[in-house]
Amino acid sequence: MSTTTVQELTAVTAPEPFWTRQRRLGVALTLLGVLAAAVFGALAPGETARFTLSDNAEGAAISINGQLGAVLFGLLTLAAGGVLLAGLAKRWSTLLLGLGVLTFVLSFLCWQVAGQFMPLVDILSGTVQLALPLILGALAGVLGERSGVVNVAIEGQFLMGAFAGALVGTMAGSVWAGLISAAVGGVIIAAILAVLSIRYLVDQTVVGIVLNLFALGITGFLYERLMQPDAEHYNAPPQMPTWKVPGLSDIPVLGPVLFNATGLLWLALALVLIIHFGLNRTRWGLRTRAVGEHPTAADTVGIRVRGLRYLNVLLGGIVAGLGGAYFTLVATGSFTKNMTAGAGFIALAALIFGRYSPFGAFAAALFFGFAQKLAFYLSAINSPVPSQFLSMLPYLATIVAVAGLVGRVRAPAADGIPYVKG
Amino acid sequence: MAERRLALDPLHQVQHRSREIPLKLELRGITKRFGDLVANDHIDITVEPGEVHALLGENGAGKSTLMNQLYGLLQPDEGQIVVNDEPKVFRSPRDAIASGIGMVHQHFMLVPVFTVAENIALGAENVRGGPLGWLDRRRARREVIETSKRFGLPVDPDALIEDLPVGAQQRVEIVKALTRDVDLLILDEPTAVLTPQETDELLAVMRSLTEMGKSIVFITHKLKEVKKIADRITVIRRGQVVGTASPDTSEDELAALMVGRAVSLEVDKTPAEPGRAVLQVKGLIVDDDRGIRAVDGVDLEVRAGEVLGIAGVQGNGQTELVEAVMGLREVRAGTVELDSENLAGLSTKRILRSGVGYVPEDRSHDGVVKEFSVAENLILDMYDSTPFGNAIRLDTSRIASNAKERVAQFDIRCQSADTAVGTLSGGNQQKVVIAREMSRPLKLFIASQPTRGVDVGSIEFIHGQIVHERDQGTAVLVVSSELDEVVNLADRIAVMYRGRILAIVSPDTPREAIGLLMAGVTSEPAAVAPVEEDAPVEEAAAEEEAGGAGEEGTK
Ligand SMILES: Nc1ncnc2c1ncn2[C@@H]1O[C@H](COP(=O)(O)OP(=O)(O)OP(=O)(O)O)[C@@H](O)[C@H]1O
Ligand SMILES: [Mg+2]
Repeated sequence: MSTTTVQELTAVTAPEPFWTRQRRLGVALTLLGVLAAAVFGALAPGETARFTLSDNAEGAAISINGQLGAVLFGLLTLAAGGVLLAGLAKRWSTLLLGLGVLTFVLSFLCWQVAGQFMPLVDILSGTVQLALPLILGALAGVLGERSGVVNVAIEGQFLMGAFAGALVGTMAGSVWAGLISAAVGGVIIAAILAVLSIRYLVDQTVVGIVLNLFALGITGFLYERLMQPDAEHYNAPPQMPTWKVPGLSDIPVLGPVLFNATGLLWLALALVLIIHFGLNRTRWGLRTRAVGEHPTAADTVGIRVRGLRYLNVLLGGIVAGLGGAYFTLVATGSFTKNMTAGAGFIALAALIFGRYSPFGAFAAALFFGFAQKLAFYLSAINSPVPSQFLSMLPYLATIVAVAGLVGRVRAPAADGIPYVKG
Repeated sequence: MAERRLALDPLHQVQHRSREIPLKLELRGITKRFGDLVANDHIDITVEPGEVHALLGENGAGKSTLMNQLYGLLQPDEGQIVVNDEPKVFRSPRDAIASGIGMVHQHFMLVPVFTVAENIALGAENVRGGPLGWLDRRRARREVIETSKRFGLPVDPDALIEDLPVGAQQRVEIVKALTRDVDLLILDEPTAVLTPQETDELLAVMRSLTEMGKSIVFITHKLKEVKKIADRITVIRRGQVVGTASPDTSEDELAALMVGRAVSLEVDKTPAEPGRAVLQVKGLIVDDDRGIRAVDGVDLEVRAGEVLGIAGVQGNGQTELVEAVMGLREVRAGTVELDSENLAGLSTKRILRSGVGYVPEDRSHDGVVKEFSVAENLILDMYDSTPFGNAIRLDTSRIASNAKERVAQFDIRCQSADTAVGTLSGGNQQKVVIAREMSRPLKLFIASQPTRGVDVGSIEFIHGQIVHERDQGTAVLVVSSELDEVVNLADRIAVMYRGRILAIVSPDTPREAIGLLMAGVTSEPAAVAPVEEDAPVEEAAAEEEAGGAGEEGTK
């Protein structure tokens, strides 16, 4: 026995190419760094850029010469790209990528803010608010897709949630009743999606698109017939209260953003953690991932593939419905036709850009939220940069992600494929 | 049974029936049709408690189909499954598991992106925290290690399935089945990809299970194993039971019963007439995926008109050697030349186009595209060249007539050439790969485990084809962990051990001597008959290594 080798040898893979994910990212960051240092630096006026810690021009601020800042941060981006390109520090590649993007954004901001001021608290809380429905929508997507059901109907779930929340919230005079009905609204769309795609094997993308149109149509119709004529009784929901956590809300910058907020924000943050640990550490998660990757294998160990898919799609409906509640119970005081305006698709983009993981989706949602907020800010200060550029960002980022430029985005292997026995 | 619970509760534990009464299984008149094809035709089989019941049959005879019905993956069109005199309907594997049935599938049921431990735990997870269902990953790992030790089947609990070679995946499947407490275990060709040692371990495990009163249905194409372990043998041909046999029936008789004609288990061939050296490998060094040296300075020459066989226990660098030749793996040092043209750095496609046929070791992963039809798979590497098409279009009628020819020639059992390869039986998928690779003019033919999972009748045929290829002047390199196959086919045998060629010997060398070489022992050069004077007989530092070798993979 001592003379036999039972060496484990691994399956066929081609030799690792020179252009690894790190290197490609390195090239991208290096180019961005050059752009930032040279172009932003050249365009930036030599005036002071003030980043105030409050939500107005007053008070303490971080100040820097605009031109100096643009060049400096651009060089930092360049450095991060260089390290990645050189193939150094492989373990820290994600961190370096984050730093690179952050310094690039800072360089851009130095250019834009030079001679003006940017209220950090306002920008951050705006980012978080705009990201909130995206987080919930993307999480709903994570739940469905990790178990193998493609959910293109997030937009429809948002709309139904927003509508049901406004309607029931107004009629019951309770924001909590509104919140629950928003979840129910999301679940209704989710249930149709689940039955058609899991039971009747209809193409999931097609079902999703049709459901979006359905939700748009029915909420639009009811809005015109019911809400518009008598807004007071049907479309004036109470708003979610803002809670201020004593002590914590006094933390500079982050305090007012995170601890002077609605319960919905905390719920969303909690869900990110719950779904992350749920997927990775619990029996439910293990089985969900198995069903999304290899349903036959899951079936052969006694897991009810379709049952689990139903469960997850419906859970996703709850989460997306709550995301819809944001629009009517938090952001604005009433429902309007097509008020989500594509947010569901941006949530879908966040899901893909975030590589189907809760943390990834969360980060992507924040990033897209920031881009939107920045677009508002730039048009407010009459920036020469068209704000449409920033509105395009989520879609651009998704194309980049799907094209594999930042490494492979691997969808669950059985995503979108109905499970048929035999 | 408390089995039927809330329909929407997929999370609760599968109920494992733990009864002391052993399980008696009867299949009565089981019939299964796929369209016009009758895969199972009124099959009656009884499996007594405590017996190993072997199922023999050609590729496509319907063995896996029958077992899939017993396990609830397929529903019979007619017939009954009776467990301990109680008729049962298995709507899903869940029901079969609840009745105490376990199965190791021919096509692995493992989630590629999961670790070994996760795959083994799946469906029978250890959890803490009550309804939270928090996975107890440490316990899962420990149980894998324990079961693996107890049964002598080494698996690494933390490895990802997609990184493992088929042999290791097979061990994982077996360990997975063994960690679940079952009364009847179905083993569908578990030994096709195991090494002889692992097969022996498995046979010992099977024996100890039957001693505990459990019963086993065992499917294999290796008649030796059947004779060693089976208590009863049922032979199926074209969906029907054609007879039963006792284990002391001779191999020739069993083979004849399976195939319906006499089968020659020996390859008959004339002595080789080797010509020029077609493939020349010099000082080849290759690493495996983990960066560990797998091929450690191999010199090799395959000449036109000869079959060079590589013998060796699986995992001694054969896989990497072949992959390096095929351009699938980076060459660290040394040269690979095809007719004096350096192959290093060429793409696999270029290498195939320059007249190399290649049958990969892992057919389901690297050999066929399961969703594609048989006809499409038969031209997979020639789709953009004459006569099947060009860069723009495919010539569908040529493709169809080619398929018709190959299907007939290689006896590929399928409903039609348009069915998806994924629905073919395992052995027939293998025949698709062989047929494709052998159907163009070749200079060099490389086959890794060419007859893996193939029935005896087809083995005879494939071996005949390989010899025919040789006689036409093709250089043939055959890698097989079946010593019989290597000895039968090869004109010269290179024995590989720990990444080196220990010796090149003639196929007349006594088996024991080759066996010793495969174990790394080269102390008895007298027993080894070199083929020719100038054939290199390397005694490469085997002594020192023999001592420290092994046990590496066993943790
Ligand atoms: N899902 C399916 N759809 C259509 N035909 C099928 C399907 N599954 C199996 N078949 C056909 O049924 C026949 C029996 O296949 P099966 O897999 O049971 O053979 P087998 O005896 O296990 O062969 P092998 O020894 O090669 O594994 C084959 O002709 C196969 O093509
Ligand atoms: Mg089979």
